Amino acid sequence: MKILFFGQLREQLGVAELLVNDGPDTVGGLREILASRGDLWQQYLSSKDVLVAVNQTLCDFDTAIHEDDEIAFFPPVTGG
Amino acid sequence: MVESAPLINIIVQQADFDHAQEYQRLKDHGSQYGAIVTFTGLVRDMNLGESVSGLFLEHYPGMTEKVLNDLAKQAAQKWSLGAMTIIHRVGQLAINQQIVFVGVSSKHRSEAFEACQFLMDFLKTNAPFWKKELRQGSEHWIQKKQSDELAAQKWDT
Repeated sequence: MKILFFGQLREQLGVAELLVNDGPDTVGGLREILASRGDLWQQYLSSKDVLVAVNQTLCDFDTAIHEDDEIAFFPPVTGG
Repeated sequence: MVESAPLINIIVQQADFDHAQEYQRLKDHGSQYGAIVTFTGLVRDMNLGESVSGLFLEHYPGMTEKVLNDLAKQAAQKWSLGAMTIIHRVGQLAINQQIVFVGVSSKHRSEAFEACQFLMDFLKTNAPFWKKELRQGSEHWIQKKQSDELAAQKWDT
């Protein structure tokens, strides 16, 4: 699965895009795996403000995910 | 008579836009529409008491366009509209440059006013854009504002 990060979260993690093979089956499971990459990942991905989109639609952390999905994590939006 | 679906034009681009040209496009859409409301957002030189030298705007290519298109379709369900244009710029922007344009045409003014405000309120809270403020020698990601959340929530009631 393709994982994307945007905005301040992209800068905090220093990563814009990652590929995960044999990923977990929910967004929450994916967040746990990513958080185990290090302290920074744990800190920034556990923020209650982090939003997630699966295949470009906002969803919650219970959402099921599949091998060919695109999953994006990002902070609250601030356009306009 | 069945009304046709409104014309929807969504653009996310680095380049500037021509307000007069966008207004003309809305105006030319049909003579049955007697009202056009447009909103243009610009880069301010001050924010929360800090002097700002410019902005950097990031978006999520694909999702941003999809969210804006969905918002326009929601507006089309709520009001009888002629045409809607949403243009949002990304990349590096200097003070006083144009950031965003929302234009709506309708038969009468109240629908165009309300739809324009609805689109801006939800663009601010739902469309995946992120703004970084450039100050003298430093950069700061802008945090979400509760006033923006409240502005969007008022449409639920």
